[in-house]
Amino acid sequence: MTGAAPKKDRPVVIEVHDLVTHYGARMILKGVSMEVRDGEIMVIMGGSGSGKSTLLRHLMVLERATSGTMKVLGQDITQLGLRDMIDLRKKLGVAFQGGALFSSMTVGENIMLPLYEHTDLDPQTMRIMARMKLEVVNLAGFEDLMPSELSGGMIKRAAVARAIIMDPRILFMDEPSAGLDPAVSSALDDLILRLRDAMGMSICVVTHELESAFKIADRITILDRGDILFIGTPDEVRAHPSERIQNLLNRRAEDDTIDPEEYLRRLTGDEPLRNAAL
Amino acid sequence: MTGDAPDSRLIRSLDRTGRKAVAAVEEVGNAGILVVESLYWLILGPRIRQPVRLDAVINQMMEIGIFAIPIIAMMAATIGVMLAIQGIHTLRIFGAETKVTVGIALSVVREFAPLITGILVAGRSGSALAARIGSMKTNQEIDALHVMGINPVRFLVAPALIACLIMVPALTFFSHVSGLLAAGLYVNLELKISLAAYFDQVVDALSAGDLLHGLSKSLIFAVLIAVIGVVNGASVTGGAEGVGKATTRAVVQSISAIIVTDMLFVFAVTR
Repeated sequence: MTGAAPKKDRPVVIEVHDLVTHYGARMILKGVSMEVRDGEIMVIMGGSGSGKSTLLRHLMVLERATSGTMKVLGQDITQLGLRDMIDLRKKLGVAFQGGALFSSMTVGENIMLPLYEHTDLDPQTMRIMARMKLEVVNLAGFEDLMPSELSGGMIKRAAVARAIIMDPRILFMDEPSAGLDPAVSSALDDLILRLRDAMGMSICVVTHELESAFKIADRITILDRGDILFIGTPDEVRAHPSERIQNLLNRRAEDDTIDPEEYLRRLTGDEPLRNAAL
Repeated sequence: MTGDAPDSRLIRSLDRTGRKAVAAVEEVGNAGILVVESLYWLILGPRIRQPVRLDAVINQMMEIGIFAIPIIAMMAATIGVMLAIQGIHTLRIFGAETKVTVGIALSVVREFAPLITGILVAGRSGSALAARIGSMKTNQEIDALHVMGINPVRFLVAPALIACLIMVPALTFFSHVSGLLAAGLYVNLELKISLAAYFDQVVDALSAGDLLHGLSKSLIFAVLIAVIGVVNGASVTGGAEGVGKATTRAVVQSISAIIVTDMLFVFAVTR
């Protein structure tokens, strides 16, 4: 466990204030405020339906909030024009839960795609850079394979290689350990720590794997039903007296109340069409 | 629920109908936005160093156009022969079977070639587009594009739309030639009219307006196929089953839209 003290002296790279978001009439985030500092690993934890994935989508600038403000690398994302938004996105990297590699491209082409789209580098340089990033994630030599030829752990590592190809300031990772065996999961945790230490990235990780969270986190944000319960170092989280936090850490489910009407509407597809645009 | 009061069931039914109507309007709106956004990226993309990539357009042109040539040739030829058989059979009643060429030329060029080409491209490429975008959405690949600063409309939709706009009229023209040639071969066998004489009659029967009529329709069909494929792909929810449903819906909607638009176009232009 790194257990590093919060890097309070470092600049803030993500600043979220009073973020509220709805899906239809349902309030998902209820006034979330948090910040991520330069070079720290912030782990976002919470039970199912706590809003952690929604919060991550906001941090990745994939969702629009109902209210609240969010600054990424000092820029208010609601005020950004198209060109500024593209420039900002070049400084962000994301490794999705399932990898989200493009199935029609080889691993190498997947990794080179951001370079191809955003730089004027010649193909040979792009190939060298892709190979270097693949070496970082221990996948050198796999660039000519298709994603379908990789294992789950390899796909996640290839996704990390793609996420870091532009040397982003902030790296987001959604459930990096989900579905992996303990050895592969542990190797991926080590990779996350290496990325922070060697490349100085700020890393936001959403996970429900406690062991992994406590191993990599500088700070942990605990979400519950759209609210932030606590933000602190792993030691502070462990020692926190709140019963809800301890229940979460000890995997005790609180009584989840599910609205049957809402559940039925979601099952039958009668929810208003959401996110149908590209 | 069985215990529901009739009022409650009525309200629920109205609620459901209203939601579906809103969703339909939203889909039409999304389709319009996609076309405008594609044009935006095509024209203004290079200015912000985000051009629509030529290699992506060429890939799509290969998929939509070149690989469709065999099936288009076969279907257009079949339709041409069918028209020749029916035309000769019908005109023989009046002893005017030698005039069949006029009917074949106008029917193939103005109606059947654009229609059969549109339907085949909708079945082949509209469905493929919906499936591709749908599966990309469920695999978070669209989100990945957003996060990488790659606009999905520029990256996925604009190349497909441009490729359709080029290849559907090109395939329609190819379909004209295939249909007329196959019909000419049948006429040659049945009525002993030489191919040269047949094509002379075809050229006499057709005007530039007839050719333009067929090709103009094919341009509209191209937009419909691309946009309906993308809108259905983008609305996918629920994993692989959702992708399958969206693909089927895209084919049904685009074929229906092509036929209805064809009728409206003919109504507006021909009367």
